[in-house]
Amino acid sequence: MNYILETRALYKEFGAVSAAKDVNVSISKGEVVGVIGSNGAGKTTFINMVTGYLKPSRGEILFNGQSIIGRTPRAITRAGMARSFQVAQLFPELTVLDNLLIALAGAESPFPSLLRPLRNEGRIARADTILGEFSILSWRDSKVTAVPQGVRKLIDIAMALIGDPQMLLLDEPTSGVSAEEKTQLMDTVMQVVSRHQVTVLFVEHDMDVVRRYVSRILAFYSGEVLADGPPQSVLDNARVQELVTGGQRAHKGAKA
Amino acid sequence: MLSVYAVLIDGAIYASWLFLVAAGLTVIYGVMRILNMAHGSFYAIGAYAAASLVGWYFNNGVGPVWVGYLMMLGSALAAGLAVGLLIERGLLRFMYGRDEVLMVIITYALLLILEDAMKMVWGVNPYFAYQPYAAMGRSVLAGLKVSNYDLMLVGVSLVIGFALWLWLERTHQGKVLRAVIHDREVAQAMGVNVRRVFTLVFVLGTVLGTLAGALTAPAISVAPGIGVEIIVLAFAVVVIGGMGSIEGAALGALLVGLSRAAAVHYAPQFELFVIYGVMALVLAVRPQGLFGRVLARKI
Amino acid sequence: MCLDKTELMMLGVGVVLATSGLVAPQWLVFLLTMALAKSLVVQGVVMQMRAGLVTFGQGLYFCIGGYAVGMSGHFLTISDLPTLLLIGVASAVALAMILGLLMTRYREIFFAMLSLAFSMILYGMLVKSPGLGSTDGFNVIAWTLFGWSPATGQAPLALFVIIIAVSAVLAVLLHRYGHSSAGAMCEAIRENEVRVEYLGQSPRWVLYMNYVAAAGVSALGGGFMALAAGHIDPEMAYWITSGEFVFIALLGGTSHVAAPILAAILFAVVRTYAIELVPHSWQMILGITLLAIIVFLPKGLWSLLSGQARRAKAVEAKA
Repeated sequence: MNYILETRALYKEFGAVSAAKDVNVSISKGEVVGVIGSNGAGKTTFINMVTGYLKPSRGEILFNGQSIIGRTPRAITRAGMARSFQVAQLFPELTVLDNLLIALAGAESPFPSLLRPLRNEGRIARADTILGEFSILSWRDSKVTAVPQGVRKLIDIAMALIGDPQMLLLDEPTSGVSAEEKTQLMDTVMQVVSRHQVTVLFVEHDMDVVRRYVSRILAFYSGEVLADGPPQSVLDNARVQELVTGGQRAHKGAKA
Repeated sequence: MLSVYAVLIDGAIYASWLFLVAAGLTVIYGVMRILNMAHGSFYAIGAYAAASLVGWYFNNGVGPVWVGYLMMLGSALAAGLAVGLLIERGLLRFMYGRDEVLMVIITYALLLILEDAMKMVWGVNPYFAYQPYAAMGRSVLAGLKVSNYDLMLVGVSLVIGFALWLWLERTHQGKVLRAVIHDREVAQAMGVNVRRVFTLVFVLGTVLGTLAGALTAPAISVAPGIGVEIIVLAFAVVVIGGMGSIEGAALGALLVGLSRAAAVHYAPQFELFVIYGVMALVLAVRPQGLFGRVLARKI
Repeated sequence: MCLDKTELMMLGVGVVLATSGLVAPQWLVFLLTMALAKSLVVQGVVMQMRAGLVTFGQGLYFCIGGYAVGMSGHFLTISDLPTLLLIGVASAVALAMILGLLMTRYREIFFAMLSLAFSMILYGMLVKSPGLGSTDGFNVIAWTLFGWSPATGQAPLALFVIIIAVSAVLAVLLHRYGHSSAGAMCEAIRENEVRVEYLGQSPRWVLYMNYVAAAGVSALGGGFMALAAGHIDPEMAYWITSGEFVFIALLGGTSHVAAPILAAILFAVVRTYAIELVPHSWQMILGITLLAIIVFLPKGLWSLLSGQARRAKAVEAKA
């Protein structure tokens, strides 16, 4: 079976704290997978390890069958795995358009041109297209610092998407956004993403949001994968209800 | 064999001087995250204050020698308190929170201003208040003639180093300081008056600087530019030792002191820049300095 | 390769400036030549500032450029101006390619302090070199241009025209570089280095190229300075000299390629008068001005000229 992303017996220890315990995950091309879990469950650690920002203590990570342990975020991005961040990682003093153009130029070549301009017609058209898909074209010429949180999250995702990745990891795409806006934001994101034919894995706290889009859920708790399967079976799982979703109602709004 | 002892003795003397100069700098950085370029000027102000006062005292032959020493310390303390308070309350407290490198540039501007301010107060001619130095005489150590004043400096730096360490590690105030060093925001959230801590620490750092200058004054010719010369040396020591670490400053000073003494005796063409060579070497191997902390970015 | 508005304007200004040299008094031509030489060094500082790095040691490459020119003339009896400058740039680039491997591992304060350290190492070496004149340095021989030797009295004006030409061409190239993908990547690194990595780029590689290029540009300034002043000394590598370049960079701001040139000229003019009128307060004036820039004009003087300061205030008021 050819999986696009596979982790085998993945462990991560920070001293005495275990952020990942025997994580075994296999994701097939084209899947849309939701990752749930309370704060500190290990969701962001998982994404950080898979994208090369953290080195696992032991275990194996395979992307398209190739081991990516020890590879840098740069190499993994170039291999076709892109991500967005819990706190949008943008270039604050530059315009929204420039943010996307830089992302595009970055994806095009590992060695950016020293003389040829960043802003050329082709790139601008591409950036405008994707801004349009996310319905944020009106913010095109604003500095990122002047842009509201929801739009920032979209820019973050757009920057990951503009490089045509095979797989997209979204770390809490709706975090920091008001409850009313969450669904609309996620709708926009998933619409755009589905048009681009990427495998998606996203972390999310809101169960309603998760249920709308995924064909599969991974439930994390204390570094372990509690349950892995179709949404209903995972959400009906007693341990998941006890440790993840049940507790979530009491601790709503906290961040991982 | 003689030259090995010479290297050790010279090295220890130079190291203790470096530590005295660097201590205030590293304390201020550790707590406030400000690499204070004006520290060089504080050193110079201390030297000028001591040299002018002591020079006047001895030239007018008004009293016993020990009063001269008292005047040295007193003038350093007074100058340090005055200048430290003035700068922290009058300028720096409006600049907190800015980028670290910007703070360096701000203190660089301060250095420039103070350099000329000193010229206005003390003129451009050198002061040479040698009496406290000469009055202590010399001893013979391992077959070499050593000035007792230099030996006293070694003692003073050990005392100050130990006192600082004791204060930071064993007193309540020290704990508060270490809390602020470790995480300013959390300390503030727990009720620490960070503003007051900053003023206290900055004045302490300033006084350490003026003290170092005052203690050095009898051994040198106090003239415009001495502050500019030492600040780069102090930087090197602080960076080698790990910014904010007293132990680091001590070890760094020792490392540099011995290296320089070795250079002076065996390879004099390297003397002037051996300190920067050591710094480049240490940073190449351990980028955060000997006792520095690495802070990884969380995303 | 067609030139855009800014580039054409700069070339135009260059032509005007060069022709004005014919009627300007000798001292002014000399002052402007020195200022332009310094502005080249500052371009190297600005290139690094755009990437978020403040160097307190650009004097290293300034000094190498100058000493390469001086030593080639003195010991190798080379007098051809282009050759001399090329040797200076090549030497600086060679050293930068080695040092850059270390320097690009650091950011912020460590980068600033390490750059300071290396320039002071050169200073120390030169001061302790009696063969190179120690603290006195030595004189630079007269230059020639492809065999043509300027008549006495003509040399300063000829050098003035040459440095304007070189500065203008360099300004066009730097303008291109600033707007290129690499230039934008430098700014991105300044803004968020982690994100740049996640875009499939190597921040170290980009910063390395930038560092080496900046070294070459600054060495050009050092070479011209040696030729204009006719003298070189270790002071060129002293950290206070590097501080001056940082000051000029902040004075002009990093947003336009002509800013360092204007700032350097302003600096030279003010300094000449200040040193004459208040020689012992010149540093204080510098310090106060620096504080004023940081507090009131964080984007440098250029922001005043381009109305950015006004617009920034307007945005702040609205928000």
